[in-house]
Amino acid sequence: MNDSTKKQRFQAAVMPHINSAFNLARWLTHGHADAEDIVQEAYLRAFKFFDGFHGEDGRVWLLCIVRNTFYTWYQQNKVQSQHTQFEEELHSSNEESDILDDANPERILIQKDSQRLLQQAMRELPIEFREVMVMRELEDLSYKQIAEIIQIPMGTVMSRLGRGRKQLAAILAVNNGGAK
Amino acid sequence: MNHEEALILLPAYVDKELSLSEAVNFERHLNSCDECQREYNEQIHVSALIKNNTKYFEATPQFTKRLEADLPADRTKATQQKSPNSFWNLNWVNTWGSGGVITASLLAIVWSTSLFLATPSAQDKLTEELVSSHVRALEVDHLSDVISTDQHTVKPWFNGKLDFSPPVIELASTGFPIEGGRIDYIDGRTIAVIVYRHNKHPINLYIWPSTNKDSDIQRTTRNGYNIVNWTGEGMNYWAISDLDTGKLQEFAKSVRLEVNSNQRS
Repeated sequence: MNDSTKKQRFQAAVMPHINSAFNLARWLTHGHADAEDIVQEAYLRAFKFFDGFHGEDGRVWLLCIVRNTFYTWYQQNKVQSQHTQFEEELHSSNEESDILDDANPERILIQKDSQRLLQQAMRELPIEFREVMVMRELEDLSYKQIAEIIQIPMGTVMSRLGRGRKQLAAILAVNNGGAK
Repeated sequence: MNHEEALILLPAYVDKELSLSEAVNFERHLNSCDECQREYNEQIHVSALIKNNTKYFEATPQFTKRLEADLPADRTKATQQKSPNSFWNLNWVNTWGSGGVITASLLAIVWSTSLFLATPSAQDKLTEELVSSHVRALEVDHLSDVISTDQHTVKPWFNGKLDFSPPVIELASTGFPIEGGRIDYIDGRTIAVIVYRHNKHPINLYIWPSTNKDSDIQRTTRNGYNIVNWTGEGMNYWAISDLDTGKLQEFAKSVRLEVNSNQRS
């Protein structure tokens, strides 16, 4: 395969999933710049190993690489990442404002508050639960696809989703109670 | 199914991942168990909450561009451009100094051939134009001029704006709800754009009259976007999206099927 067709095939199979890649990386790292670094590294790796891609599900293949790239980075940056997380929280108010396009101020206030609490609760969720939740609820991936990305049995995907949702409900209940 | 088994399978029921027979068995238990019902409601509630109220982070267009630019360079293109100069000059001109005229004409042939090959076909130009329209609409976040999930609102909106009446197909039941429509100017004419969405992925469906005979669904990609196009019932259809090509093909087939059955009825 020459370079030109490889690149074309890569652009067709992998490039369209950039938002999925970024969303997962962003939810795993909590930081915009970190997420971009991870996705960039993942794309370079994906391109390098693209010869091993044989027309399977491009999104699953890419997300698997994004996730592996993240975990390598996470091991190296464990201490620093906690610091970034803290910084991110300070700046998170801009980011929430762009979800809201409702013009009713009262509704915005309620919506903003509940969205902030939810966003916060997702952050607090242990990473092994958070990743399956993002893949399931935001990417709409099947148990089979998630199992393939994380390399765990489908039964484990099921139990992590169940426990993750339960835990999120618990965090929300505590945070909600604390706010009142 | 006993209570312990039901509790284990509950998330899969919530996610509609159980087989039909498992689901029936599960429901039989669920109907008679308060604890499972509570658990089920909580799972459904949290699932919907995350789906609808957490942010989906998209990559910025600048980042996507940078990423594409950072991919290892396309080497074939570079060698193609270089070869007429370096190869011909060195071997022909320098070895047989007097062969300048021949070299020049050979060069001319090589150049014009490569120019001919480099000139984009009409189809290529059209693809280019449609993709940039799609990207433009996304970048300025201006997908729709009429925003409605109802085909009966979108269709009349085009009245008086176009010299044809585009079919507006309702596909919400197959997972492609309509978001709206707009008018675009492509290939020297005004055309209709119907905006659909599948999960978080917008699909632009471009429609304009055609005199060509009906054709099958064809797939291409350009700048990382998947494109399908076909001609049917006197209209050209081009759908562009970042959706994966299988799903986009499924979308095209649904539109085509609906247009055909509407024509017949």
